[in-house]
Amino acid sequence: MAPSTGTLHLAAAIDGTGQYTAPYYVELARLAERGTLDFVTLDDSFGPPGEGQGRPDALSVLARVAPATERVGLVPTVTTTHTEPFHVSSAVATLDWVSRGRAGWTVGVSTTEAEARLVGRRPAAPAGELWAEAEEVADVVARLWDSWEDDAEIRDTATGRFIDRDKLHYVDFEGRHFRVRGPSIVPRPPQGHPVVAVDATDPVTWDTAARHATVAFVRATTPDAAGRIRDELRGRAASFGRERGALTVLAAVTVDLADGEYAAGLATGDAPLTATAAGPPLYRGGPVDLADLIAGWHTAGAVDGFHITPAAPPGDLERFVNGTVALLQHRGLFRTFYPGATLRDHLGLPRPANRYALARETAQ
Amino acid sequence: MNDSSGSGKQIHLAAHFPGVNNTTVWAGPPAGPTTTPGRCASRNPSLGSQIDFSSFEHLARTAERGLFDFFFLAEGLRLREHNGRIHDLDVVGRPESLTVLTALAAVTERIGLAATVNATFNEPYELARRLASLDHLSGGRAAWNVVTSSDAFTGENFRRGGYLDRADRYTRAAEFVATARELWDSGTPDGTPGPFVHSGEHFGIEGWFGVAPAPQGHPVVIQAGDSDEGREFAASAADVIFTRHGTLEAGRVFYTDVKRRLAAYGRDPDDLKIMPGVSFVLGDTAAEAQERAAEIRRQQVSPQTALLTLEQIWGVDLSGYDPEGPLPDIDPDPDSQRVQGRVRHADPLAVAAKWRALSEEKGLSIRQTVIEATGRQSFIGTPEAVAAEMAAFVRSDAADGFILVPHLTPGGLDDFVDRVVPLLQERGVFRTGYTGRTLRDHLGLRHPGGRSARSARGSAPDLDGRRTGIGRTDGT
Ligand SMILES: Cc1cc2nc3c(=O)[nH]c(=O)nc-3n(C[C@H](O)[C@H](O)[C@H](O)COP(=O)(O)O)c2cc1C
Repeated sequence: MAPSTGTLHLAAAIDGTGQYTAPYYVELARLAERGTLDFVTLDDSFGPPGEGQGRPDALSVLARVAPATERVGLVPTVTTTHTEPFHVSSAVATLDWVSRGRAGWTVGVSTTEAEARLVGRRPAAPAGELWAEAEEVADVVARLWDSWEDDAEIRDTATGRFIDRDKLHYVDFEGRHFRVRGPSIVPRPPQGHPVVAVDATDPVTWDTAARHATVAFVRATTPDAAGRIRDELRGRAASFGRERGALTVLAAVTVDLADGEYAAGLATGDAPLTATAAGPPLYRGGPVDLADLIAGWHTAGAVDGFHITPAAPPGDLERFVNGTVALLQHRGLFRTFYPGATLRDHLGLPRPANRYALARETAQ
Repeated sequence: MNDSSGSGKQIHLAAHFPGVNNTTVWAGPPAGPTTTPGRCASRNPSLGSQIDFSSFEHLARTAERGLFDFFFLAEGLRLREHNGRIHDLDVVGRPESLTVLTALAAVTERIGLAATVNATFNEPYELARRLASLDHLSGGRAAWNVVTSSDAFTGENFRRGGYLDRADRYTRAAEFVATARELWDSGTPDGTPGPFVHSGEHFGIEGWFGVAPAPQGHPVVIQAGDSDEGREFAASAADVIFTRHGTLEAGRVFYTDVKRRLAAYGRDPDDLKIMPGVSFVLGDTAAEAQERAAEIRRQQVSPQTALLTLEQIWGVDLSGYDPEGPLPDIDPDPDSQRVQGRVRHADPLAVAAKWRALSEEKGLSIRQTVIEATGRQSFIGTPEAVAAEMAAFVRSDAADGFILVPHLTPGGLDDFVDRVVPLLQERGVFRTGYTGRTLRDHLGLRHPGGRSARSARGSAPDLDGRRTGIGRTDGT
């Protein structure tokens, strides 16, 4: 592992079981924005997480949050299994329009028979098959985002033409799982391509992440383990013809900072993170030690940053922002303001060129 | 005045976002994200953006300032084609409705938020979930305009493949709405999700609905579509009809016909509001309004648009004709597939004959004929005249209210709200403040009960049974 020289990236989950009202999510997103975090995520699944529990549609929630925030990135999970790729592309592009360039999506799949029965179109399939389909969805979604070149709208009064049809493109996507003709009905979103995230916990997702993701979430309890997964992902990305740095790898951690100011708890010692059966490793301790851990992993070059899930929001997110983030900023390890307006700006990513415009330029 | 509902009958108003169509007037580059304060939008033909969020925000807030019932977004899922190429004259490019409306919930407080979403290219569980989410996140302001376009052309963008027969689209839509209501009703009284099972002709699904019961119980259901099946579907299942019958006579006939159908489903006439989509042009004098209306029509129907509109009916290449010259004397090809993505005229030969008669009688050119024949400017006049006409329209049971379709984005409603709404209020035909919180409150609709209330009302539509023996009347 090479020592890191890159910028530290921080993101937070703002999930809440059984939470349906907008103020709950707005408050958490604003907290994250106060901490100049790159983005917030909101998990989703068609089915309720358990009997008697539920949640609203994640992309809708973050659309509701968008006008109530100014800078923080908004990254909902959107499943690719029981949805229409054309709708997914439109919805994420629209989140980018309503947030003025702050949208992303975490590519999800629906693996359970219970979810399949909610839709009734086909039975559940093995994870490998679903991720292969998710790759096709991510591919066609990006093509649809490009199906309008940036200057397709011309409003030429002399000829009466509103659009230049030569700058609109049929994607004519033929995959193993579906076909989409295109073009999109939504013009190219402000970021060109909203940010694509993949939870790369399970190796079955690694090819999808390496091919399509701009952000990958990984689970590890030590910097060495995290660094190995990052190398693996970046190696695969390179083998698909991408630049190694095109993939931002964040370590996922659940943080429980309750009473952390007073009790160092488990945070001292060699293993500040404990693996959990389901979900990311758990950090339990004080915000100062957490800042040390984050700084340590980052300077060791193990990860590009962290995606934290507050164990008990909003308290743990508040302590994270006011304690951990403030300290990292004080030490000059994390930015104190947003230098740009879009999520791509926060992540230090360029606005991608349009593949169709590029193809025409190279043809000329 | 035939005032059957008593003199207290109130007007319902909704705002149609003028985004994507051939009637939105555009000229030159977009005006930018904000309108210049003090500039009267309807005097400035340069169009704002049909895609920037600020446009939606401006129109929705204007409508809310005018105490409108709801803000409405249409839907199109494939760009229109003409002669096998993307049609390039109309305003196109729009964001996805439910996402925009959920964002608008953040910058408005009371106005209803209505999304047009096709019943053919969606599945009940996902859509019911997104609508319930909008209802939660907006505090009870969600509405769904159920449209039924089934064409294979649009279907090429979807997994389903657009194979639904015309005859099946309303049976699927009816079962879709019934299923969505089963899901919305499946929650437990303490506000948590509950189990459901649905087994029908189009959907066989079961499980737990993942969203707690929404504030309105059922988001408001709107129907747009005019065939006999469409009307029957609306009578059985809709809370609002969005119609094109914008003249007093046609409105009365439609109103009587649809309200008559409600009893068969155990519903009262008040359970379904009829709201034609109408446009309007205001002026300080009647003559000024007429002059402005004529100018708007000229902007809406350019020479290029006039020729293409004619080709849509004739179904043959007319590019050699002069738009300022007379109508072609050749006959239309009734089987042409020239136009894709737009409802075809039911009988091109009859339409062509009508247009030819109109053109000969008045000595009109192609462009003038198109302007005359396709005009839908329902209310033209001074604010006083428009307010009086609207009030008379509603009080004589030609409608319960209107969905206003401005021709400018995003300032097209400013004048109406500033100048006509106060006059409607003075006449006592429009509210002076929101009295409720939810869209159901604004529309005066009952809150749907739980399972027991629903089955007592017998809400399951019996489309197939009713369709037999009724001849097809095709209004388009
Ligand atoms: C006033 C009105 C508005 C409509 N808006 C839409 C729309 O936004 N998107 C769409 O796909 N179809 C729209 N439709 C089409 C209808 O859903 C339906 O497909 C069409 O009218 C044919 O059905 P019918 O034979 O019952 O009239 C609209 C129809 C009407 C009458």
